Order: sequence, then structure tokens, then C-alpha cells
Amino acid sequence: MSDRNAEYDFKWCPGCGDFGVKRALEWAMQTYSEETETPMADTVMVAGIGCSGNMVHLVEGEQPFGIHGIHGRTLPVAFGVKQARPQTNTIIVAGDGDFLSIGAEHIGPAAQRNVDMTCVIMDNGVYGLTKGQASPTTIFGTQTSSTPFGKLEAAVKPFEQYLAHGVSFIGSHYSSRPRDLAKLIGEAMNHKGFSIVHVQSPCTTYNDTFDLLKGNKKAGIAPLVYAIPEDHDPSDKEQAEKLARAPGVPLGVIYKEDRPTLEDRQAEVRVKARSRTPQEMLDTYAV
Amino acid sequence: MGTTDLVVRFAGEAGVVTSAESLAATAAQAGYHVQTYATFPSQILGGPVHTQVHISTSPTLSDGDDVDVLVAFSEDGFNNHKDSLVPDGVIIYNSGEFDPPGDSNSFGLPFDDIAKEVGNARASNMVVLGAIAPLANFPLEALKEYVTKRFTRGRPGDEQIVEANSLALDRGAEAAEKSGFHLAELDPPIRPDYEQIMISGNAAIALGAVQGGLDFYAGYPISPATTVLVWMEANLVGEDRFAYQVSSEIEAIGAIIGAGYNGRKSMTATAGPGVALMSEGLGFAWMAEIPCVVVDVQRGGPATGLPTKTEQSDLFACMYPAHGDVRMPVIAPGTVEECFYAGALAVNWAERYQGPVMLMSEMQQAERSQNIPKPDLSKVTAAGREVYKGDMNGYQRYEPDEMGPMPLPGGPGAYVANASEHDGIGDSTHLPIRHIRGTERRFGKLKLLNDGPHEIENPDAAIAVMPWGGSKGPVREAYLQLQEEGVDIGWLYSMTLHPLPEAISEQLNKKEIVIVPELNYQGQWSRLLRADGYRATSITQYTGLPFKVGFLVEEIKQAVAAHKGGKVLV
Ligand SMILES: Cc1ncc(C[n+]2csc(CCOP(=O)(O)OP(=O)(O)O)c2C)c(N)n1
Ligand code: SF4
Ligand SMILES: [Mg+2]
Repeated sequence: MSDRNAEYDFKWCPGCGDFGVKRALEWAMQTYSEETETPMADTVMVAGIGCSGNMVHLVEGEQPFGIHGIHGRTLPVAFGVKQARPQTNTIIVAGDGDFLSIGAEHIGPAAQRNVDMTCVIMDNGVYGLTKGQASPTTIFGTQTSSTPFGKLEAAVKPFEQYLAHGVSFIGSHYSSRPRDLAKLIGEAMNHKGFSIVHVQSPCTTYNDTFDLLKGNKKAGIAPLVYAIPEDHDPSDKEQAEKLARAPGVPLGVIYKEDRPTLEDRQAEVRVKARSRTPQEMLDTYAV
Repeated sequence: MGTTDLVVRFAGEAGVVTSAESLAATAAQAGYHVQTYATFPSQILGGPVHTQVHISTSPTLSDGDDVDVLVAFSEDGFNNHKDSLVPDGVIIYNSGEFDPPGDSNSFGLPFDDIAKEVGNARASNMVVLGAIAPLANFPLEALKEYVTKRFTRGRPGDEQIVEANSLALDRGAEAAEKSGFHLAELDPPIRPDYEQIMISGNAAIALGAVQGGLDFYAGYPISPATTVLVWMEANLVGEDRFAYQVSSEIEAIGAIIGAGYNGRKSMTATAGPGVALMSEGLGFAWMAEIPCVVVDVQRGGPATGLPTKTEQSDLFACMYPAHGDVRMPVIAPGTVEECFYAGALAVNWAERYQGPVMLMSEMQQAERSQNIPKPDLSKVTAAGREVYKGDMNGYQRYEPDEMGPMPLPGGPGAYVANASEHDGIGDSTHLPIRHIRGTERRFGKLKLLNDGPHEIENPDAAIAVMPWGGSKGPVREAYLQLQEEGVDIGWLYSMTLHPLPEAISEQLNKKEIVIVPELNYQGQWSRLLRADGYRATSITQYTGLPFKVGFLVEEIKQAVAAHKGGKVLV
């Protein structure tokens, strides 16, 4: 919405990975709207707090509805959004700190319920907005402003966590190939259930990992990203677990499982349960 | 000479809850006014428990100070409660369990043995209730009608159960008659000429909220609010309606904000610890202007506090739950009947001013059952949401200084509901003028909510009592007693603590002193009133128990005398 709005004064730093994610999201949302023949207004983007969360103000083109709430609470809010009107295309955009540190407690419940919504996590291995402290995905031993002697904790392993929680769609990508990323996000949106697309989205200011991700021949750096082998079967949990444990950043779908969503189960309950009017409820208390 | 009131307390472990429920239901069916009170330990089994039933020929205001009949199921129950008995009261104890040292005001009955003799080990409650009847001239027939109704469920064996329970009643009654004890005779009921319901405070809040149009409920179990969650799970189900047990209070507040944003009337209920966890979320709802309702059924605090006791110590936490400049609308019903109307009002207020509303109840009225006039639902309307229906994008929801319609996802007017300070469309901004206008807009809307139910009596008196929330009943009894004694004080009561109705503010301005009895240490309500420029002082109690009328009468008298004697109370 920033193009219309001179007052909004937040800017991503030049080269920030989130620009690529933004383009991918714009394409994915537009495509979803066209393919499902639903208006863009049926999409609600729930944003976390961080550089990444500003996505909700920065996406251009036809505008979805948006919520920019409090740090770490995207999933609870998105859950309410989805419960209110199940036809809502609900998208969460958040950083590694927001999603995996302060908000980590909410991943399990959302995954277990298999709420039909899509998370796009911008992992830059750092707290960008608060200017460069260690995040859950910061690598062990890394010096940051909050870890002057090197980070004393090992980095969390998002894919292993997601699998353990029972997330039913797990995608992995990076910000430098927005077209491919858009396709992956689209797949996640079309997946019936709780989906996470975990994106390496480097912070050029505090943790520039572009060379590490893409590789740099001159500097002798082998790329971390690699295409998921053709023969990988994402519906096979053991294969997914292997991929999740492997070094590097796979590009594509790690895991996909079809199982009923919470909304499906609630629809069943609604049919079974007797819905009573307030008057009928009141009458049960008659003396 | 007859009496208008009978107070029966059941003390011990097992059996006290069912006994009280059965007696209360019977008395209500017979046409009496009834109020029950229960206190529980937090452990699941065992430990001291007591329940109390206050039966009266006129509407009951409190659970009763003094006990006429004490039923002791255990020796602990006997020892812990015998001193609450009025001088000519009677104790019935379970002689199958223990024998107290010679006490002239008591007689023993082997509850369980008699139940076994009549052929139903579970009928011991009825032995007890049968024994109470002749003591106080309580109609035994009404109890028999009750057991017939209760156990005729269309199952094989119903008849035997009814018979055994009736027999149990008779055996209890015979024993009591033989004991030679008698209480003042309870006057016959004056059957109310209106329809009634028997309901607990928590169920009344839930039902009221549903009548207010509630669509979505999210909650996490916590005493004494759990029964609201359980009620919602069972009842709030149907097309576009659902209740869900979420993983924490943090998730609960987030979920009701999300649902409120996406067009649903949403609510959660919790107790103090949950309100603490919802703090940031409540600030978010205030900032982004999202309708939602948070019910705080207070227990003793701070921290885990007294989970199963009553207190009114969350007022600061509910009025100012969040950091930054906020002041929540607060509704605090003072009776079970008011709980119903408060539930509906809270949902309506949230829609009307587009923001979060706090509804405060408390343990002692949450689990208390009472017979109240049956609400006429046709008179309790649900406010509709004012939805933006324009056709352009770029609607500036937050631009005007006054509130306007809310866009709904799926429709026109896409915007960002933002917890950061924002401009008209909801994009973050740091401009001073935006923060000034935003802050003033958020506080300005509160003026839409000054229509709360309130009571003013004796408006010319220089001194008034002004209870809040669940202390209303005992304070009302004390006030009526003081009126009879000729003490010149006024009565002020408002079901809404913020904003206050104008008529109440006017009254407060006129008073030399307002006396606020409240169940907390700091005198939270009188402090808030003083902060708003009124002259108020508190009578405090922090025992985990409700007020006793006798205590209040004395304390109010002393405060009045001190004020008149020139002592500065504020
Ligand atoms: C409750 C709370 N704690 C701390 C903060 C401060 N804070 C804002 S953003 C942020 C971390 C952001 O990191 P991340 O989620 O990785 O987003 P990024 O900026 O890297 O995109 C923190 C700690 C806050 N806003 N709220
Ligand atoms: S600080 Fe890092 S994450 Fe934040 S905008 Fe700049 S480059 Fe992007
Ligand atoms: Mg980050």
C-alpha cells in the first residue's frame, strides 16, 4: 500500500531478500485469485513484527486485507480469521524471530489442527528490525551484537521442527528466484491444510548470506541451495525427514500430507450437533 | 413466630454439592427465592468443602450471614463450621462417621446406613434433606415432588429409585422429629407472579452473550471461568458459530481479535492469570479497533493466588490491562440476573464502539445458582455491525476523528488493522499528528458507551454507599438495614464501571463522601474514583470470602460517624 502512501516511512534496505519474497507473494496471490475466481478481498495477510512483517504494507497491486499485530502472534490471530470465515485465504508473513522464537508455541497447535492457512517465513538468521541480534536460526558461534562471544546455542532446525509438529505441507526456498518461489507459495495456498513455506531471505545489513546461498566460484564457496531430486517423494515422511536433516537449503516441497483440516472436522460437527436458539437454551433453565 | 429466611450449610467432603443443589431446586420449585454459595478446595478429591443455600420468601441479596442448619458430613466439617451457627440453630451430623463431644444443639443420623437400609446407597443426601424439612417447616411434599421429577427419566428402575429416595426423605424426617429440635417456622412461599429460571452467574453471562449475537468463542480452562468454556463448547455450535479450546490465553485473545476483524462477534473468558497473558493482545484490539469481549471471572490474586476463592482485586488489571494509553470499557454485573444482561451488553458495546470490552465477574457469583426472573429475550437486542459498503478501494477506516463503518474481508475497503500507530488506511506512521489524532479518536469513542444500567436512591444524602460487582448483594442488605435504622445515606450503583453513566457521575460530584465496600486490599475502585476527582473511600476485605452483612453495617456506620465527626476519610 506504500505506493499510495507518503506517510508510511518504513523502507527495506537495498538488496534485502524480502523484496524478492514480496514479488513472489504478489504473483502468488494474484494467481490464486484468478485461478480460484475469488476476489483479492478474500485474502487476509497476517503479518508479524519485524522487517519482514512490513510486507503487509509494501505489497503492490490489487490489495488484500491485512493485519499487522503484535510480535509472535500471527498464528493465533490467523486462526481466528480462518475460524470466522473459512473461505478466507489466510496468509501469514513473519520472520524467523517472530515465528520460531517468541511465537514458536503456536506452531504445534496450528499444525495439529491442520488449519487451512499458509505461512511464508522470511528467515534471515537474525533479528533485522531490532538491528542485528541473534535469532533462533543464527548459526552456533556467530558473533552478533547480542552474542559478542559467539552464539552459545545451536541453530534450530526449522524443517525438523515442522515435521515433528505435524505440519502437513513444508516447502523450502530462497528469495532470489521469485518466480519459482511464487509457484511454491501457490502450491502451499492450494494445499488443504496447514502449510509453511520457509524462505531464506538474506539481511544485507546484518547477515548477508547471498554468497553462501548461491555460492561464489571466485571465492571458492559452494552453493547451499540445491534442487530437490526428482525422485523425492514428499508424501513419504521418512524421505522428508532425511531431507530435513541434510545440510544445505533444498528448493521445493519437502513434505506434503493430505489429511482432514480442522474446518472439515468442524463442518462434520455442525451437521451432527443440534443448534439451538437462545430461547431454547434459556428454556432449559426454567424453574 | 415465623421466619422469612432459612440458611442451610452443608460441610464436609462428598455430598455437599448435590445436597445443596437438590435443596435449592426444590425450594425454587416450591416458590421460594434461593441463592446458593459454594467454596471448593483446588484439589480434585477430598479437602474441606462447603455449600450453602439461602432460602427466602423475598428475593435474596446475599448467601446469608448466619447458619440456621449445619449439616456436617465429616468431623472436620463439624469443627470448621459449628461457630457459624446462630444460637438457636441446629447441627445434623453424620453419626456413621463420627460423634462430636456432647453438644446440645446437634443430633446424629447415620446418613449412609439409612440410605443402605432403604435400598439405595446414593440416597444419603435425601436422608439429610428429609431431616431438614420438619426442623424448619420446609415442605416435605416439595422434596418428594422433586425426587419424583428428577429420577423419572424414562429408564428401567426409575420407580425403585424414586421410591428409595422418598423413603430416605421419610426416614430423615422421622429422625428429626424424634430429636425434639425445632427452628422458627419458615413462612410459606410467596410464589412470584412471573416466570423464573434457575441459573449460575457464568451460565447467565454465556447465555446473555449468545443473545447479544455471539458467533465465536475461544478459551483456555481456568477456575472459575472454565464453566463458560464448557458451556460454549456445548452450545455455541451451528452455522457460522463455534467455540474452541485453544492452547493458551495468548492464543485466545489473538483468535478473538482475528475473528472480530473478520466479521464475527467474539469472546473469551478467563481469570486474573489469563488477563495478565492477554495484556498485549488487549492493547492490540484497542489500537486496531477490533470488537471483542474478554470476561474476567475473578478469583483471589496475585499470580496463581487463591484459585477457588472470591475477590475483587482485578479492577486495575481490567481497566488498564495493557501498556500505553488505554482505558478499557468495564462492565461488572452485581447479581446473577445482571450477569445475563451484562453478557449481552458487552457484545453490543464491543460492536458499537469497535473495540475490546472487559466483563468482570467473580467466583462467588460465577458458580452460584439463583432463581431469577426469566429474561424476556424480545427486549434484549443484538447490535449489528456497521459494515463498510462503499465500492472503492482505499477506504480510510481510521481517517476520521469519529468512528465509521468497518470494512469486512471479502468486501470493499481493504485496509490493515495495525497495532502500531497508523494512518487512515492502517499503514504505520510516526507523525506526531497521527498519534495525537489516533489517541483522541480511541478515547473519544468511549462516549458512545454511557448508557449502562444504574441505580440511584436517596439522591440528596451527602453520603452514599457505592458497591461494585458481586458485593452489590450484601451491601444492598446492609444499606436497607441502615435505612431502617434511620442512617441518612444514599445508594449509588452502576453495572458499568467505565464509562460511568452521566447520572452517576453527577451524583458522585455532589457527594461529600462515597463509601465503597470492596474485596481487595488497596481499595481499587475508590482509588480510581479519587483519580477521577470524586471523594471516595473504601471498606476493604481480603479473606477470599464474600462480605457478611453484619460486618458491613458496622463498618458503614463507623465510616459515616467518622466523616460526620470531621475525620477526613480521603
Ligand atoms: C513482545 C515484543 N518483544 C520484542 C519486540 C521487539 N522486536 C521487534 S521485531 C523483533 C525481532 C524481529 O526479528 P524477525 O522476526 O526475525 O524479523 P526480521 O526483522 O528479521 O524480518 C523484536 C525482538 C516486540 N516488538 N515485541
Ligand atoms: S535490516 Fe536486514 S532484514 Fe531488515 S530491511 Fe534491512 S536488510 Fe532487510
Ligand atoms: Mg529475522
